[in-house]
Amino acid sequence: MEMAPLLQATAITKRFGDFTANDQIDFAINPGEIHALLGENGAGKSTFVKMIYGVLQPDEGQFDFQGQAITISNPQAARQMGIGMVFQHFSQFEALTVAENIQLAMDGDEALDQLSERIETLSAAYGIPIGADRIVADLSVGEQQRVEILRCLLQSPKLLIMDEPTSVLTPQETEQLFTVIRQLADEGCAILFISHKLDEIKALCPRATILRGGKKIDVIESAQQTTRQIAELMVGTAISDVTASSHQISDTVMFEVTGLNKPSEGPFDVALSDISFSLRPGQILGVAGIAGNGQDELLSALIGEWRQPASCATMALGGQDVRHLAPEKRRQAGMGFIPEDRNGHAAVPGMNLTENTLLTSHSHATVTQRGFINRATLQQRAATIISEFDVRIPHNNPNANQLSGGNLQKFVVGREILKQPDVLIVSQPSWGVDIGAAMLIRQALLDLASSGSAILLISQDLEELFSLSSHIAVLYAGTLSASYDVADMTPEKIGLLMGGAAMGEAS
Amino acid sequence: MYEELLLTILLTSVPLVLAATGELVAEKSGVLNLGVEGMMLMGAVAAFGAALTFGNPYIGMIAGGLSGMVTAAVFGLFALGLATNQVATGLALTIFGTGLSGLIGAPLVGKAIDGLAVIEIPILSSLPLIGVAFQLDFMAYLSIAIVALVSYLLTKTRAGLILRATGINHDSAHALGYNVLAVRWMAVLFGGFMAGLAGAYLPLVLTPHWAEGMTAGRGWIALALVVFASWMPWRVVIGAILFGGITIMQLAGQARGWSIQPQFLSMLPYLATIIVLVSISRRGGVLHKAPAHLGRIFYPTR
Repeated sequence: MEMAPLLQATAITKRFGDFTANDQIDFAINPGEIHALLGENGAGKSTFVKMIYGVLQPDEGQFDFQGQAITISNPQAARQMGIGMVFQHFSQFEALTVAENIQLAMDGDEALDQLSERIETLSAAYGIPIGADRIVADLSVGEQQRVEILRCLLQSPKLLIMDEPTSVLTPQETEQLFTVIRQLADEGCAILFISHKLDEIKALCPRATILRGGKKIDVIESAQQTTRQIAELMVGTAISDVTASSHQISDTVMFEVTGLNKPSEGPFDVALSDISFSLRPGQILGVAGIAGNGQDELLSALIGEWRQPASCATMALGGQDVRHLAPEKRRQAGMGFIPEDRNGHAAVPGMNLTENTLLTSHSHATVTQRGFINRATLQQRAATIISEFDVRIPHNNPNANQLSGGNLQKFVVGREILKQPDVLIVSQPSWGVDIGAAMLIRQALLDLASSGSAILLISQDLEELFSLSSHIAVLYAGTLSASYDVADMTPEKIGLLMGGAAMGEAS
Repeated sequence: MYEELLLTILLTSVPLVLAATGELVAEKSGVLNLGVEGMMLMGAVAAFGAALTFGNPYIGMIAGGLSGMVTAAVFGLFALGLATNQVATGLALTIFGTGLSGLIGAPLVGKAIDGLAVIEIPILSSLPLIGVAFQLDFMAYLSIAIVALVSYLLTKTRAGLILRATGINHDSAHALGYNVLAVRWMAVLFGGFMAGLAGAYLPLVLTPHWAEGMTAGRGWIALALVVFASWMPWRVVIGAILFGGITIMQLAGQARGWSIQPQFLSMLPYLATIIVLVSISRRGGVLHKAPAHLGRIFYPTR
């Protein structure tokens, strides 16, 4: 049966100055359909959905909603028509309660008590319970997303846009979300689902529209394409696998940690207990584990943001004790760090790329001379990172927060790798980046290892761990398992270790 | 004797309550306006001039409020319209207000006006000791009414929720379709009006003259008071009485020849603010903290 589309977009074009973010995009979605919008970072997905939600206005083209030509002048208008949106970065007010947050997004003047009641009823009906009077800052990321979804559901939407909703969720939470999405679709709500994760798209969305460079490339039936074919459509070129050159690991120990303990410093802080591992040149040690098992704490202890020499038996870089060294001193000693949070931890969002380059290289003799910054050298360094790591920039020397996630991640990774650190500590290097950027980053890490550096890779992405690591250890409740050769590991074994089973039981 | 002391403390605290409540609203919307002292002076000179010209202190009061509001509009033009740094703009506003009010007020020096009349509330005003709280002027009662209104609007109404949301995260508020700049403009103008009223209180009630720089740092104390009150309106009242008390103690102490240095006493309000600030940040309760986007510049493009 051929249904009339719920929403139809015809030749939508949006320009920002000289840059065309959306070029003549056609799109259609039917009632009750779960439709994916795919594309690399910067392909124009966000721009496109923002126009559907009324945040941006198209320069050309037309939207038809339920057969009527419409202008969506602002988000309120979108919501009145029955279009809801769950943002990638939740636009929530942390100091306010769940009910207050939702009230802000509602157009009616409903009393808070009554709204709270509706929230709790609805959340129970969809199996995503949440207390209406809880402060949003106290909620987990998954719970915050539930708030966003409930906010949309309260308005009985006809079309729900979800911008990378799974990028912050654990596998269990993702499964739960999919159940909610399917239930909604059965009730006749159309879902526009944006994601990088092609497996998810194949599992959830029968049809997908692919954007590349601001243009619509194709509409596909996702079941009839392999993940690889879809990825190639997104990227526009054939995708080469990362080449895992056989790990050449030498015998000398480059970096060693024994007996690292870190007490818990707050209700959400995990205590680390007796962490020991060693890294040799050429080795990539993958640290698997579900988020919240001590990854952040381990990272901060290794970077040196948290340090108490007494609480660690050994932390030595090539024989030199680094326990008492501050992050900058550890960098000078030959370590490099790539924290997972690129906006605010790895890079300063409001500084430009040259300044962000300076932040981790100011002690380098060619960059600062007698306390003065050598601008030319610094700009040269930034330019090298940008060209070697294919960082796509909107204009010359943009601020970090003007780059898309994938491009900023490429920049941050490139900045550390080009310094050729002896030891690189990296966390979630391809989190929330598109497949092209992920491949480039992974290849760069492999190349760094084969040039003789040692890498500690903290990741929750099993595919990434298996394609990069020579050895894998599992972090569970603040303790790190022994390191096993990757050849001896299977996803099942890691899964058991992640749940806290000992390796004896796992094998 | 205690009644007299209490009355002086209450009178001293009124301009602090007025100015701090206005600034609180501006800060709740995310705008840090350090120009309170300047706006108060502009209010004071306009109020004195108008009361002198028309012979009516109530006209002076309104003129003071409007004058503060116009001064705040200068701040809004730069800090909101042109997205300049709020701290620098606010400081400049204080310097500007101090200078301009001195210039306007030069011919007014040495003249005197009739101040606001005391309105005694029957029965209550004859209570022992606390009766003095009911022997105040119109503006003193007004200040409490405004605090009650602001407290109610901020916590119980949708408009207040929107204002708070704007101060917590302006990008989110913008994404939800709220007009961040319009909200902030209103908050800044309200803050200016209140600072103007606070300034007006000085010549209309405290001393019936105009003197250059007559606010004598009260604007800065009001700013500190907002932090002291951790952005909660009723705490502003408590804090203002406390701060007013310390100021009066300092004068009373001097009169009685206490051996404490007056400089030490004038330091106390600020010391109290620092202690409160430290204790707030250590307690870590999100509700009591500053609006997250306080002082951040909002660019409406996107």
